[in-house]
Amino acid sequence: MDKIKIGIPRALHFYYNGRLWKNFFENLGCEVVISPPTNREIIEQGTKYAVDEMCLALKIYLGHVAYLKNKCDYILVPRIDRYDVNNQTCTNYLAIYDIVNNLFDMNILNYNINVPKKENDYVGLVEIGQSLGYTITEGIRAYNKAIYYCEQIIDKDIRINTKKLDSNKIKILIVSHPYIIYDQYFGVPIIKMLNDNNLEIIYADKFDNKQTNALANKLSKTLYWKYNREEIGAIELVKDKIDGVIFISSFPCGPDSLVNELVMRKLKLPYLNIIIDDIDSLTGIETRIESFADILHEKHKSNQ
Amino acid sequence: MKNTSQTNKKILTFPQMGNYYIPVKFFFRHVCNCEIMTPLPITTNTIEIGSKYSPDFVCTPFKYTLGTFIESLERNANILIQAGGGCRYGYYSELQEQILKDLGYDFTFVNLVTAGNRNLKYISNEIKKIDPHYKKIKALYYLFIASKMVKYMDKIDNYIRENIGFEDEKGSFIKLNNKMLKEFSRVKTYHQLRKIYKNYNKKFKNLKIHKPNNCLKVGIIGELYTIMEPFANYYLEQELASYNIQIKRYTNAHYLLFEKGKTVKKYLKYAQEYIKYRMGADAHDNIARCKYLCTHNFDGIIHIKSSFCTPEIGAMPIINKICKQYNVPIIYFSFDANTSEIGIKTRLEAFYDMIEMRRKK
Repeated sequence: MDKIKIGIPRALHFYYNGRLWKNFFENLGCEVVISPPTNREIIEQGTKYAVDEMCLALKIYLGHVAYLKNKCDYILVPRIDRYDVNNQTCTNYLAIYDIVNNLFDMNILNYNINVPKKENDYVGLVEIGQSLGYTITEGIRAYNKAIYYCEQIIDKDIRINTKKLDSNKIKILIVSHPYIIYDQYFGVPIIKMLNDNNLEIIYADKFDNKQTNALANKLSKTLYWKYNREEIGAIELVKDKIDGVIFISSFPCGPDSLVNELVMRKLKLPYLNIIIDDIDSLTGIETRIESFADILHEKHKSNQ
Repeated sequence: MKNTSQTNKKILTFPQMGNYYIPVKFFFRHVCNCEIMTPLPITTNTIEIGSKYSPDFVCTPFKYTLGTFIESLERNANILIQAGGGCRYGYYSELQEQILKDLGYDFTFVNLVTAGNRNLKYISNEIKKIDPHYKKIKALYYLFIASKMVKYMDKIDNYIRENIGFEDEKGSFIKLNNKMLKEFSRVKTYHQLRKIYKNYNKKFKNLKIHKPNNCLKVGIIGELYTIMEPFANYYLEQELASYNIQIKRYTNAHYLLFEKGKTVKKYLKYAQEYIKYRMGADAHDNIARCKYLCTHNFDGIIHIKSSFCTPEIGAMPIINKICKQYNVPIIYFSFDANTSEIGIKTRLEAFYDMIEMRRKK
């Protein structure tokens, strides 16, 4: 019998949970097809399916889904609602399953995360395993194995990230959603530019979630988006050890438009705000990063 | 820009949205011991100021409300009220407070609803910020009257919307409505309110109209603020009425405050072939309504939203699919701070011509 092929789009929640999904389905004995890193073709496909005003990240997601069409038996599109009242997600996460379901004609594996209603990764994935014909015990075993593996990698990431704080170079914190900053087409070139300018890069999302989430209250009392909480909590966590902050958001990201504005008004460190659109040229961004790096270097020299 | 003439008098104000300032004003006048400033009508100046101090790609209601706040602070208001939840609305207040403080104003900010959860104890604590000695029982009583007032206003509004395009004497509906609202604002007890409502309900039904049986019917769906504040949608409904069209609109304050919670399951079930989950703010409601309008012989659908409204953008591909399936024309309007009124009129005219021609066929 052929293995079941499961497609996972390399966009949006892939950068949070992708490792878990990949491992879970491989442990079950399925074949996992992950779409390639974002390229021009995928963006064009996504723009074709999307509404003009959609957030860039969502457009890319649709492009990845379009790539996976006809390349797999099922495609995994989970929906994330909330972890608790103060840890909700942006409305794109709420709508994503229904948008994909209506735009594309394919088999979708879907589960919902709504922790107050006892719907989480664990329950969702085991149920999906059942619907694919595996038993509950097989599902639970695969999940436990996968989550153990993921936790170790996350721990390692956090260790590396924290270690960077002791570096002698000029340190900047990157506040951005993982699906932008780790994206091959948008984020990675920016990281390369920063490295070229001799800066130590610390990622806001690679800290202990619980710790950063709680710290977010110090900057914003009524903030109720989980991912934004974790990112701005990291600023509060490391603000004494870094030299500057770079905000990177996609156009037009709903939560970022408000939260980043508020944080920038309260922040006492130098910051740079970069907004990414689906334009090819990165020259403009390069100039801005260079001048920002120059300012930080000069400031560092005068302090010594 | 500093507020120099500081007095100890408390002056309270809130953002402008349609005619709903009447029940809100009524409530605070009776419950809190302070002066209440009727929110200033939105003008192009309001939008200009609001956009100047807003983040780049925030949705338009933020700019409108921020503009209103700045204008009222300039006129010595010192207590601002904001309420919102669901999508980005819930986070407006904190950023607006910060922006206004950075501008150097001195004021108290009261946020009645956060993150979409309506907790009475929280609201009570917020009202204590305005008046520490307010009476809870009294507040509950006037809250009840205010909510009934919203209900009656919306009922009358629905009737007006369906018939205003066919009035015999031009302006008679709006004139009568203004009269009713004036009397509403002077009400003291629930009994009085009910009496006035019944009285005017009769008067409205007695107004002469010439409504043909097969008039053109159009449904309006979309984002809540843009739908409810006529200035934000460039008086779209008035424009439609001048073409002799019957208008159906669902979103109103009564629906959002008291019915929305109950209808989620019903709507999701009704539109189950399209949606499985709630999609944030009013998106799933609009999808279900779109299906309803398509299956009930409406001639066209108008979808309006402020630009960058994320939930509605998510709903648009699905709404588009439904309309294609049932072959019902739909037009999308996305309103920004600098949308031109002429452009909207032209598109609306073309839309009207199109649905009229379809009808003739």
